[in-house]
Amino acid sequence: MAVSVQTEDFDAGLEINRLQNARKDTGAVVSFVGLVRDLNEGDQVSQLTLEHYPGMTEKALEAIVNQAQSRWDIFDVTLIHRVGTLQATAQIVLVAVSSAHRGEAFKACEFIMDYLKTEAPFWKKELTQSGERWLDAKSSDDEARERWNQ
Amino acid sequence: MKIKIFYFARLKETLKFSTEDLELPDDAFANTLTILKLKAHLAKRSDVWQQMLMGKLKVRGAINHALVDDNALIVDGDEVAFFPPVTGG
Repeated sequence: MAVSVQTEDFDAGLEINRLQNARKDTGAVVSFVGLVRDLNEGDQVSQLTLEHYPGMTEKALEAIVNQAQSRWDIFDVTLIHRVGTLQATAQIVLVAVSSAHRGEAFKACEFIMDYLKTEAPFWKKELTQSGERWLDAKSSDDEARERWNQ
Repeated sequence: MKIKIFYFARLKETLKFSTEDLELPDDAFANTLTILKLKAHLAKRSDVWQQMLMGKLKVRGAINHALVDDNALIVDGDEVAFFPPVTGG
């Protein structure tokens, strides 16, 4: 497992290659990249600032990856989440999961994102033409996480 | 008892506090301090604290880096954090 909370950008291709080349019985790598959209709730967004809780955030991410690893037969996970101020179109998050077959990797990747969205301590503040505003948590994200407990 | 408290996001900005060391009298708080009791204690500071910690905003608590509910017990030396529901990803 590789978990990182960082201000620097990442190279998704490089991270995927690393997982592909780590072992020869890898049959699938599933990845997700989350980006800063330039439009939210009808307003133009020029930048997004991500705050986190150093210490707790890393632990929470590791716990989520551990849960995915105990639930599905996957080989490895790379999880990178950026913090600080990001411009529209910038990359925010990468989740990449390797496994022997695609099914397990698809499920684990989605599970990790659904839990990250609702349990990992990150907070987004966006800058629009009318000023800065904190984003509110969405109930649809809670519902997405709850699916995994049914 | 002594504890450390961190505030994040909207709470940090509005309360103008990111962290504080708090000493509480043992006779009133030892073995009985929960997240809810601490919120109620801090809320007495001013209307803004009342609004942010006990108002409409949903506030989540953590003790020593683990998410907990309002009934969780806080002990001497704990690191407590208050923050709004998370919005990463």
